[in-house]
Amino acid sequence: MSRLIQAIIGPRVPADELRSRPARYLTPTFMFMVARILLLVSVFFPYWHMELEAPQYPKGLYLTAYINHLSGDVREIDGLNHYIGMRPLGEAAKFERSVAVWAVIAMFLLVEGAAFVHTRWAVVLAIPAIAFPAGFLIDLYFWMRTFGLNLDPDAPLSSSVKPFVPTVLGEGGIGQFKTYADLGSGYWLAVAAAVLTIIGFIFHRRAYKPLFERMHREASAKGGAP
Amino acid sequence: MRISSSIRAAGRLAIVLALAGSVLGIFAESADAQEGRRRRTGQDARPIELTPEQVTQITKVANDRRLNSDDLIAAAKTFMPSGRHDEYVLFSSGGQCGQVFAIGVPSMRLLRSIAVFTPESWQGYGFAGDADPVTESLKINGYPVLWGDTHHPALSETKGDYDGEFLFIGDKANARVAVIDLRDWETKQIVKNPLTISDHGAAFVTPNTDYVIEGGQYATVLGYGYAPPEDYKKSYRGMVTLWKFDRAKGRFDVPNSFALELPPYWQDLADAGKNASDGFFFINSFNVEMATGGVEKGNPPFEAGASKRDMDYLHIIDWKKAEAAFKAGKAKPINGFPVLMLDTLIADGILYFAPEPKSPHGVDVTPNGQFMVVAGKLDPHVTVYSIEKIKAAIASGKRAGSDEYGVPILDFDSVVETQVELGLGPLHTQFDDKGYAYTSLFLDSAVARWTLGGEYAKLNPEQPWKLVTKTPVHYNIGHLCAAEGDTVSPDGRFLVSMSKWSVDRFLPTGPLLPQNFQLIDIAATGTAMPVIYDSPIGVGEPHYAQMIKADKLKTWLVYPEIGWNPHTQKLDPNAPKKGDEGVTRQGNKVLVKMTAVRSHFFPEHVEVNEGDEVTWRITAIETAQDATHGFCIGGYNINLSLEPGEYTEFRFIADRPGTYPFYCTEFCSALHLEMMGYFHVKPKTPVAAAQAIAPGTDSR
Ligand SMILES: [Cu+2]
Repeated sequence: MSRLIQAIIGPRVPADELRSRPARYLTPTFMFMVARILLLVSVFFPYWHMELEAPQYPKGLYLTAYINHLSGDVREIDGLNHYIGMRPLGEAAKFERSVAVWAVIAMFLLVEGAAFVHTRWAVVLAIPAIAFPAGFLIDLYFWMRTFGLNLDPDAPLSSSVKPFVPTVLGEGGIGQFKTYADLGSGYWLAVAAAVLTIIGFIFHRRAYKPLFERMHREASAKGGAP
Repeated sequence: MRISSSIRAAGRLAIVLALAGSVLGIFAESADAQEGRRRRTGQDARPIELTPEQVTQITKVANDRRLNSDDLIAAAKTFMPSGRHDEYVLFSSGGQCGQVFAIGVPSMRLLRSIAVFTPESWQGYGFAGDADPVTESLKINGYPVLWGDTHHPALSETKGDYDGEFLFIGDKANARVAVIDLRDWETKQIVKNPLTISDHGAAFVTPNTDYVIEGGQYATVLGYGYAPPEDYKKSYRGMVTLWKFDRAKGRFDVPNSFALELPPYWQDLADAGKNASDGFFFINSFNVEMATGGVEKGNPPFEAGASKRDMDYLHIIDWKKAEAAFKAGKAKPINGFPVLMLDTLIADGILYFAPEPKSPHGVDVTPNGQFMVVAGKLDPHVTVYSIEKIKAAIASGKRAGSDEYGVPILDFDSVVETQVELGLGPLHTQFDDKGYAYTSLFLDSAVARWTLGGEYAKLNPEQPWKLVTKTPVHYNIGHLCAAEGDTVSPDGRFLVSMSKWSVDRFLPTGPLLPQNFQLIDIAATGTAMPVIYDSPIGVGEPHYAQMIKADKLKTWLVYPEIGWNPHTQKLDPNAPKKGDEGVTRQGNKVLVKMTAVRSHFFPEHVEVNEGDEVTWRITAIETAQDATHGFCIGGYNINLSLEPGEYTEFRFIADRPGTYPFYCTEFCSALHLEMMGYFHVKPKTPVAAAQAIAPGTDSR
């Protein structure tokens, strides 16, 4: 059992080795730490915005998506959407929003774990954090598409507005509204976390590969399986 | 060991992260407000330089329209590009229309009216069925009085400066005072004076709005009593009422309000002292002759009898002493309202008179509170009183005598600072920031600019207490209003002449002509003081107005919460919420719970039986600015204005059988015409049904 654990978490750094080359071993740990913090902090920042522009809304209407809630002129946008038969925004991605914060905490802990694992298994632990930004966008697109294509056929304006896929990024339009959508600072924090994690692995590999190989050599010298 | 230390490290890290997270969370709040906001193209406010082509173009337009260069400059000073907001709001009385007008300055555009003493259907004011709180508030002794004569608006003040929270206005015809809340610009309370039928000296506020002053006018028997004119001196009395204002509640605190009995002279306008004269207020009077008219019996008419003597009395009232006397229980009830009687006023040194040139109109206190300016009306001077001299005269115990009622009269020469000759018919005075006073000259049809003395003398190049210039106005100016011109810190810049006659200024509108509000640019010193805009007011005869810097107003854009009751200024627990609409019945009582949102009412059919008592509650579940709905039931005299978030309840007896479409009376959306429903009143008998559908038949 302990051998299996050792096989997964890999070699520990000997104390004298760490003292002689601290930067080599602390760099990946530090980068993972920063990545974790960025990811956690992103929870507080918006991931995505949409602005709707129309003559009678001179200040515009805003929709802001955090990973766990929507804010902005949700009520007004829902009110307008009822004319074309779109479901209330609050019904979209309910499950995702309810688990999002826990998922981020889990990713945080996994990346923290990755710093303690000195083998290739570390990458497996970090995969969710690395894939997270792309996953967010895919999910957003899925919901926009689902909502846009499933309009209530009995809505007041259904004869003049056909089902459509709202623009997830960039400029779009519906009726007298122009829409502008872009990614928020929270999203970019998550992207930065993913990129830092990837770079962290370059340093991770540089630091621990020699140790890992030495452990192997020593193990085979002793005649035991690694 | 390593593991336990890393657990500890992780624990520390978690604390640090939690702290950082909460800090960032605060940041994120503002990020949410700012992020993703596209820059909007606003008004191009960069300095311009006209090209020769543009100069040619402007010159051509001016010549085609017969405008001279002064006209072009006046237009440039007043024109508001689309979307640009005015710098000031003029709150003007509406005279006999019973409303208040809000007008933007310098554009002079009417922003809106505020219904006060007269039902007004656009605002749904007084059209909410039986037992409508508005209709109830308009009743006097149980009888509906459906109009008022609004005269003097008063903005609430803090330390003598407008604070933009409340507006008070008096109804001269019926002696009522109203409170308007400037968060939603709606009338919240109307109090009827229990002593007198009509008044004139309302409303004026003390420097911190502790009290709103309502001065009377035509003496009567206090408490709506009766006495023949022969008993005038014995039984008729004047009065002034101090309405205690509870700012937190936004209502008058009636139990802590009281009045002062005054001799039966006709008290006129009032003004509260401030700074040097804080604690006093001043009221003019006329008809100290106590003429009782009777032109039909061969007596001199009032206009002659009440102007016989050369002097009337400026009333000097120490309201802090009056308040102390009231709190000491010295008031006597008249018609259930506490009144400090004349003997108390004299004994406690609350009331003094100072002679003033006959039949004056306005008494206006300078911003520093040192001088009281009394305009002569029938005397070409303004008479300036000094508070220092008044205080010294009171303290000295020297009296020029007393009137028939024993009120001590101060010696004219010992309290007057100076007199300034301005012209014919001086009425009211306002102030600016450059040491000038402005007085309306009714007979001259002009605004006089003159210099103040004392500490004001150094603010302008002219000699103190001198007429500087007169600007003609069109015509018969009554009140005038300078920007914050009756506060402790006037702004100067703009002055509005409230001209009573417009004669030839506008296209003829039949024999009834609009008033003319003329905007005067008072920004420069000396003789430059041009009229730069004429604005017809075709809705009533305004009297006084006050002009407040627009950024002092803390106006709500929509009601703070959905289900807001403007009568209580609170969220109403009875307001129907989305999802809990419906019609329920208990015996013959029907409760309708309805919501309104673009573009439907919910429910759309309401069925009752003839004779049912209907209680109808509607919530406008809108949050967007300007998404206002109306609600009317034709034939039942019901119309509501349902502003975003507003809740209204109305009751009525469904005594007219038939099928009544109800609909939204505001063009709220593209499907506005579809925002309707049917109110079905099932007739008791088929006969009634037949009558109900027969045109021109009264089914009742
Ligand atoms: Cu409507």
